[in-house]
Formats: sequence, structure tokens, C-alpha cells
Amino acid sequence: MSDDERREHAAEEKQAETVEPRTGGDYAPSVAERLAFYQRAGGLVTPLMTAALAFLIGGVVVLASGSNPISTYQAIFNGTGLNWLFPWVSGATRATAAINLQQTLLLTTPLILCGLAVAFAFRCGMFNIGGEGQYLVGSIMAVWIGSSFLKMNGPLHIVLAIVVAAVAGGIYAGIAGFLKATVGAHEVISTIMLNWIAYWVGSWLFQLGGPLQSHAQGASVPVSNDIATNAHLHVFWGDPVLQGLHIGLFIALAGLVVYWLTLNRTTVGYQVRAVGFNPEAARYGGISVARNYFRAMAIAGAFAGLAGAVDILGWEFRLDVNDIQASNIGFIAIAVALLGRNTAIGVFFSALLFGALLNGTSTRNLDPTIFRPDLAGNLTLIIQGLVVLFVGADVLVLWIWNQRRKLRLRRASPTAGAVAAP
Amino acid sequence: MSTPELVNPRIDWARLREPKAVGALGIVLGVLAFWLTLPPLKTTTLIWPIFVGILAVACGIWAIARDAKRVGWGAVVAGMLGIVLGVTATHSSRGNLSTAVVWSALIASMLVYATPLTFAGIGGLWSERSGVVNIGLEGMMLTGAFFGIWGADKTGNWVLGLLIAMAAGGGLALIYAFFAIHLRADQIVGGTAINFLALGITGYLFIDIYGSNGTPDLSSGHWLRGESIPDIPISQGSSFLATAFGDLNLMVWISFAVLIITYVIVFRTPLGLRLRSVGEHPRAADTVGISVFRTRYAAVTLSGMLSAMGGAYLSIGFVHSFNQNMTEGRGFIALAALIFGKWRPAGVFAAALLFGFSSALAQRLGTIPNWASYAVLFQALPYVLTLIAVAGVIGRSIPPAADGQPYTKQ
Repeated sequence: MSDDERREHAAEEKQAETVEPRTGGDYAPSVAERLAFYQRAGGLVTPLMTAALAFLIGGVVVLASGSNPISTYQAIFNGTGLNWLFPWVSGATRATAAINLQQTLLLTTPLILCGLAVAFAFRCGMFNIGGEGQYLVGSIMAVWIGSSFLKMNGPLHIVLAIVVAAVAGGIYAGIAGFLKATVGAHEVISTIMLNWIAYWVGSWLFQLGGPLQSHAQGASVPVSNDIATNAHLHVFWGDPVLQGLHIGLFIALAGLVVYWLTLNRTTVGYQVRAVGFNPEAARYGGISVARNYFRAMAIAGAFAGLAGAVDILGWEFRLDVNDIQASNIGFIAIAVALLGRNTAIGVFFSALLFGALLNGTSTRNLDPTIFRPDLAGNLTLIIQGLVVLFVGADVLVLWIWNQRRKLRLRRASPTAGAVAAP
Repeated sequence: MSTPELVNPRIDWARLREPKAVGALGIVLGVLAFWLTLPPLKTTTLIWPIFVGILAVACGIWAIARDAKRVGWGAVVAGMLGIVLGVTATHSSRGNLSTAVVWSALIASMLVYATPLTFAGIGGLWSERSGVVNIGLEGMMLTGAFFGIWGADKTGNWVLGLLIAMAAGGGLALIYAFFAIHLRADQIVGGTAINFLALGITGYLFIDIYGSNGTPDLSSGHWLRGESIPDIPISQGSSFLATAFGDLNLMVWISFAVLIITYVIVFRTPLGLRLRSVGEHPRAADTVGISVFRTRYAAVTLSGMLSAMGGAYLSIGFVHSFNQNMTEGRGFIALAALIFGKWRPAGVFAAALLFGFSSALAQRLGTIPNWASYAVLFQALPYVLTLIAVAGVIGRSIPPAADGQPYTKQ
């Protein structure tokens, strides 16, 4: 049996597998169908309503615990530093706002890149839950390279660290893509497993006695070596000593442009989208579905690995076990991509929203007399959960749509209307 | 296919991947685990017998899950014995540990770690056998952990605490069920949302209710009216069996019962047949008059209640306190156990034991000076094994046919 024959056979088998459960008129809207619906529903309405609803319920939660939701949200907003954008804010308030906005954008940067990681896989019809693991792998590689070649030329060192981190992230995600392409292992399961493997291996690397643990402080702290000072990304706004905003933001913005260009202006992007819309049709059109699964995951992982590198080189400079275990950028990125409907511009705005929310509810920025910051951190999680839940409920709209159609059918022929909605 | 089988090089691999062959390999590995410590090799480190032994157990579980029961169990036993004997041998040569006590304690500790995984894994089995993927196990577990301790605190009674935990877990599962079944939301997205929500809600309530008083802790007297789930003292002796099974928590025994009941209901009753038919081919089930929606709602809610029991065991049975995100990915290990165990109760249990054993071993290794640093790596073992299992290197795990497919009536 020749290679080609075997591949064909494998493809047939897979086709049978993926198609079978959907026969018999089961109605399960695919990612593509939903995207198409979005295009028709058009514009900003759905994501805005989703976010508004989530914030509304969040407000009810605040109210239930005895605080004023309006002043709470106001305090959170002031903590984000977004009031810097208002021209009438001036003086000391403006200076504070500038510092806060820098922090917000610091958080927005990795959220954009990780959001792109999730979004890119989505456009190929895959759910990349593994943003977190790919982000961690990127961070680990960046910290390793950054703290290794101490005498290297600065810009070269930065480029090396970033490239290695992105490639490592890409390979790490590529494992999931490869498994999906070759044996059909579901990417959700394999990326979840990869997340936890990265989590524990990372914890092992930097723990006491771990291979990458720093020996600077008498080897008593579970932390890596600091990266070389000339490998730090340039801070262009604010004080470099006080975590000013670094040029990583522009890397993230460039990432958005690359994302849009790749998807909309290249053959790779065309194939990825074709597979995302309908793998069977894409295969019929001569596109290798397996290759695109792998490629899309690898590109997605590269975005997330890049996010890890940018965080390390931009403001973290070292990695400790706590950072690894407490990190949830890759998970928030799922909400970012879903709310941003996997478009470049959408990812930007929802990353800004979640970056602002994270920063505005942080202990440092929220006025404790108005709302307890430790509660607010959890409020962020609740809002995030609600956003994801309601994004899933886009089908609610589809459902109502279908009910309408059913009603119309029933009116047309009374006998066909016997099958009522459950 | 017309091509003669002999020409196809894959066939040889397929034969090697037959359950019986893998089981036999497991037995060989189990023997090898012990043999490594004997002359002429005389390995003096713990890591090799343990590593090879765990591989043997993994092979065995894989074989059991694919109906090569006798060989499979043989491999599991051989692996366990290989580890026990191998470690005994290395230690007797050093003569520094009283191994019988250590190993029975390790078994007790394995059961402690495996119990939450069993509950959540069996919960996942109910849900996925009915055709609803449940990524939200982690969140449902966490909800159970918080509401269990909250209920036990407010009512002063662990039974009520457990019931409140189950109600809370079931309630969260019901929300998920509504989105996944009625609204036909993407089940992965919905499950992810449930995990976020549970993390936020439990953290919020925890800080709102207990925050300023610090972590509530039953044993330190923070709680005036709190009560833990009791241990069941069967035997106080110091023999192997007495140390291993003599003083286990009530919930460990309940998990065994849940396991057996689940097996009987799902695989030996008409009710279970209906459940599985809904998960394999909902259209056919609907045609013969089984309500797909009702079955799925019931299964998902039950799955939430069982996961919550696992979580409640963690908080009021094992740790005796609650902290934010205390499940730390145990729900995902349970999901891994479900996949590794091929969506079957015995497989899920065996996988939960294996993963529990690796946790217990990690904890144990943490106390041995030279091995402490590798203890953390053992935590990654369940995920690596599951990744290998779904990758099909040792055979594929195939979910129920309609798993993850929303259903619409015609």
C-alpha cells in the first residue's frame, strides 16, 4: 500500500468519524456558522451587549455584598488610568492616571498576544485552551536565554530571546496540532494536558534545587536568575525603575497587524480560514486539512510564546515558582478572543477591557474605602466567566431566530407544527 | 482495502498494540522493576524501579480498559509489586526505612489522593456518557469544596455541609446544562465559563464571609461549630492492612460505593442503556421514545453533584480548611482519568488510583533529601500519561460518539 493510498484511507476514516455524529439532521452550529451569523448580525451589538450584561450582573453581586455598584465601578475605572484620555483631567490626578494607564497597557500587551493565540486557532476551527502553557514555555525560554549570554550585544540578545520563545511556544502548541492532524486527538484535551505539564515542569525548573534556580541569594529563594540588563526592552513612557511602559506594546500591536495580514492577505491565512469554515469543503478544494491544523496551532503558539518573552524582557526580568503558578494570562485570553470575535480589532479592544479590569481591581489601584480590592479581584473573575458564558449564548440568538422560523413554518402548515419546542 | 495485509508494515505495529501484548509488556516491566535492584545491576536509586513499575501499571490499565482484563490486572499487580519489592530491596540494602509501614502508609495516602479524582471522574463519566463534554469538573469541584465547608460551618453538621455542597455543585451544573443542552452553546466554551465563574464566586464569597478572619480551619478551632467528615476506624493495629485501610475517611468508602453503583446502573440496567444510547446516537434514542434532553439534564446535574462531593471531601474531609482555588487542577486530573480510563468506571478508578499514587509518591519523595527536587515532576505524570493515551502511542481513547454534540429535536 503506497503512502498516498494510506493517507487517503486515513482521510476517509477521519471523514467518516467526523461526519457521522452529525447525520440525521442534528443541528449543531459550527464555529463557521456562528461566524457567518455574526457577520449578518453585524457590528458591535453582540459583544457590547455581552459585556454590558456581565458588568450588570457583576454590579448586582457588588450590591448584594453591601457596596454601591456605581461608585465601585467608578473607582475601578479611575484605577485603570483610562481617565488619562480625558483632556479635562489635570495636575496630580493626571500624573497618577498616567502611571495607572501604563500598568493597564502593560497587562494589555500579553493579553493581546495570547488573545491572538486563541483567536488564530479558532479561525482554523480549533479551540486553543493551551495559551497558558504556551505563554509559560515562552516565558521560561526567554528567562533562560535572557539570563544566559550575559556579554551579548543588547538588541541581538533581545531578538534571540524573543525568537527562541516564539519558536518554543510554536513547537509546544504544535504538539497539539500534530496530534490532531495525525491521530485526531482532540486539541482541547491535549492543550489542557500541555498546560499542566508546563505548569509543573516550570515549577520544577525554578524551585529550590531546580536546574534553573538562581544561586545569587544563597539558593534559598525559588526564583530564576535575573536577565541581563541590556536585554531589557526599552521603556518609552514612564519611569523604567517603576515599571514604565515598554516597547513590547508595539510588538503586540505589530502582532495584531501580522494577524490580520496573515489571515486576510496570504495563502496560509486563506487555507486556515477555509479549514475553519468547513474542513470537508477545504479538503475537497485541495487543501491539506492536517497540515493546516498543525500550522495554525504552531502559529497560535508562537503568538503566546511571544507574549511570554515580552513580559519577561519588558517588566518581569525574572520568573519564580509563584509567578508560574499564579499566572492566568492564557486563560483570560480565551475570554479576550471570544469577546473580540477573533478579529484583530476586536482582540485589541477586549484585551484593553480585560487589562483595564485586571489593573483597576488590583490591590494597588482600587480605593479600599469604596470596595475591598481582594473582593474586586474575584469580581473580575466573575465578570470574565459571565462574558465567556454569554458569548457561548450567542446561540440563544440563533435559537430565537430558529424558533421564529419554526413559527412561520407552523403557520404555513398546521400539521408540521406538531413537533413543538421542548 | 485490497492490499494484502502482509505488505502493510502497520499491521505488525497493530499486533504489538493489541491489549494482550501491551498487558504482557506490563508484566515484563513489572518484573524488570524488581530485577533492576538485584545483582548484577543492583540499582541503588529509587527512581528506576518506581519509574519502570509505573510504566507497567500504565500498560496494565490500558490493557484493562480494552478488555484484556486478566493480563491487564496481572500487569498492574506486577508493577505495584515490582515497585514495592524494588524499593524494599534498595532500602534494605541501605537499611534505613521500615518499609512495611512506609508502603501501607503510601497506599492509604494513595486512596486519600485518589478519592476526589474518583468522585469527579465518575461525575464526568455520567455527563460524557450522556453526550455532554464536561470541562467544568474543576469548577464544580471547587464549588463543592467551598459550599461544603460553608455548610458544615453554618449548620455545625458535616452531613448538611455535604448536602449543601452537592446542591451547589448540582446548581452550577444545571446552569451549564441549560447552556449546553437548551441553548446548544459550545460545550467547551460553556465549561470554561463554569470554571471561571466557580473560581470567582467561591473566591468572592470566601473573602466576603471569612476574609478578615483568615483561613477557616476546623482543626485549629477557628470554627466554633464546624465538624469534619469522620474517619472510619476499622482497626488500630500496625499490620500492613491495618495501616493501609484501618483508618480511612468515610468518603473514601463512599467513593467505592459510588463506583460500584455507577458501574451497575450504567452498564447493567435499562436506565444505563438509555443513558449510553443518548450519548452514542441521540437520534436513535429519541426515536424509541427516550427523552434526550431529560436524560442529559439529569446526567449533567448528577455529574455536578458527584464532583462537588469530591470537592467537599477535599475541604471538610481531608484538608479541613478552604483556600482560593484549592482544587488546583484536580478537576482536570479527573478529566484525564476519565479519558485515560476510556470512559469506563473500572478504568476511571484504576487511573485515579495511578494518579493518586503518583501524588502520594510525590509527597513521599519530598521528604527524602536527594529526591525532593524531583517530587514536583511527579505531579506532571498524570498529564503526560494522558497525553500519550490520547496520542494513540499506546492506543486511542475514543469518547462516546455523540460526546460534545448538541441535540435538536426534529
